[in-house]
Amino acid sequence: MTGAAIAPPRVWKRPRLVEGAALRLAIFAGLVLYLVLAFATIEVNWQRVSEGLVRAARLFAGFLTPDFTSRWTDIQQGLIESLTMTVCATVFGIVLALPIGLGAARNVAPFWLYAICRAVIAVARAFQEIIVAILFVAMFGFGTFAGFLTLSISTIGFLSKLIADDIEEIDPAQVEAVRATGAGFWQVLDYAVAAQVMPRFVGLTAYKVDINFRESSVIGIVGAGGIGATLNTALDRYEFESAAAILLIIIVIVMLCEYASGWIRKTMA
Amino acid sequence: MLVIDHLEKRYKTGDRALKGVSLELGRGDIVGLIGPSGAGKSTLIRCVNRLVDPSAGRILLGDVDLTALSGGALRRARRRIGMIFQEYALVERLTVMENVLSGRLGYVGFFASWFRRFPEADVQRAFALLDRVGLSDHVDKRADALSGGQRQRVGIARALAQDPELLLVDEPTASLDPKTSRQVMRLITELCAERSLAAIVNIHDVALAQMFLPRIIGLRAGEIVYDGPAAGLTPEVLTRIYGEEDWTRTSPREEEEDEEAGLPAGEAA
Repeated sequence: MTGAAIAPPRVWKRPRLVEGAALRLAIFAGLVLYLVLAFATIEVNWQRVSEGLVRAARLFAGFLTPDFTSRWTDIQQGLIESLTMTVCATVFGIVLALPIGLGAARNVAPFWLYAICRAVIAVARAFQEIIVAILFVAMFGFGTFAGFLTLSISTIGFLSKLIADDIEEIDPAQVEAVRATGAGFWQVLDYAVAAQVMPRFVGLTAYKVDINFRESSVIGIVGAGGIGATLNTALDRYEFESAAAILLIIIVIVMLCEYASGWIRKTMA
Repeated sequence: MLVIDHLEKRYKTGDRALKGVSLELGRGDIVGLIGPSGAGKSTLIRCVNRLVDPSAGRILLGDVDLTALSGGALRRARRRIGMIFQEYALVERLTVMENVLSGRLGYVGFFASWFRRFPEADVQRAFALLDRVGLSDHVDKRADALSGGQRQRVGIARALAQDPELLLVDEPTASLDPKTSRQVMRLITELCAERSLAAIVNIHDVALAQMFLPRIIGLRAGEIVYDGPAAGLTPEVLTRIYGEEDWTRTSPREEEEDEEAGLPAGEAA
């Protein structure tokens, strides 16, 4: 491109995604202009901001004086519902996710089964949990059953996809070696496939328990029961002290789950 | 005992990996299979235990035609053929004992293997084999905690746990240092002699092959170009197998030069 005719000093420049300085500059300028215009369209109502700041101050004040007692029975019931939802949905989800994940691994399943299982996974992952929860609440009414179904679907989508991807990445030499001993299909699955993906599988399950508990508190807000419903009620009634207590409990449980799942993953690796 | 008769393998891509290979092995015969990369050595031994399906020709083990088998009959035939791999192909996350016992998978039912309840005789045999290969101190270690030489010993024990009549050995020393390579080759040949096992040993290292293997088969571009005693590997024969090279010199000088020029004819399928 540049003067390669003169022998000794050859020039090297980093290859650019967009060649041509003028075009590059124009693209940057366009991006900045768009950002400025976009920010300009966001309306800020300063009066509402100041009101909101006052409420935020009350909420944070509530954190300093969390009220565990006056709504304790509600909180307790919400917690039990959330934990039940989490555990049941995770277990139910795993039971379905294992065969689906196995079927969705190209190196284990025949093509037709692979196509079906990948389609199931795609559907299960298509919608965000809150949307799924809204649908189930509309179908089956308020309460934990809708939450349980929502979390089950999300567990299937999450676990079967990751299990399938893990199975596709196993070392084929180990599979070949076990097959060469005369092992049957299920024995190969046990000794060569499961043995390779088991630690990841246990780790993912622990991680999903953690995620499911957090989600159970979110989907409660749209009516799927659990601690989220309790939190929503408390906020609706402007009982910020109770809300703060609930948030603190959620934070503690999520942290416990997080540490536990981290520990499990570390010891399994 | 093993008769390979006009074996052909054509891959889906159209490559003819084997072009009518015929050879015979008696009981207790050990043969080294040498040849350049891509000559079809690996394909040949994988056709024998049907990890690769041959396109034409017959393979007789005793009076069973291996090419005609499928399902349970194929698995029963595979029990009679032990295989030792280049990168050991141990199931890394299982223990040494589990890896050795996996050699018995063709003999036990699924649930026995799932619960690791192998027959007492199998367990005793596994202990004896681990004693023989010098690994009795590492029974419950995970396979990935062992050194290269130790792993290959586990691989050997696994193959022998099958109580095979024939061993297929695919580049057993390719990932080992020179000393360990010799020890592993010595162990394999000794074990074959003890049990009058027939064996086909794929090997890159011509010197090592000549040292341990009485009979050598040279494969080039899917055809046998030499079948005779190891002492008969003259420079002319090596040129026939590998192509032009200065075979009298042993120091690694001017090695790369002729590599391309060495394989002109015969590669076009």
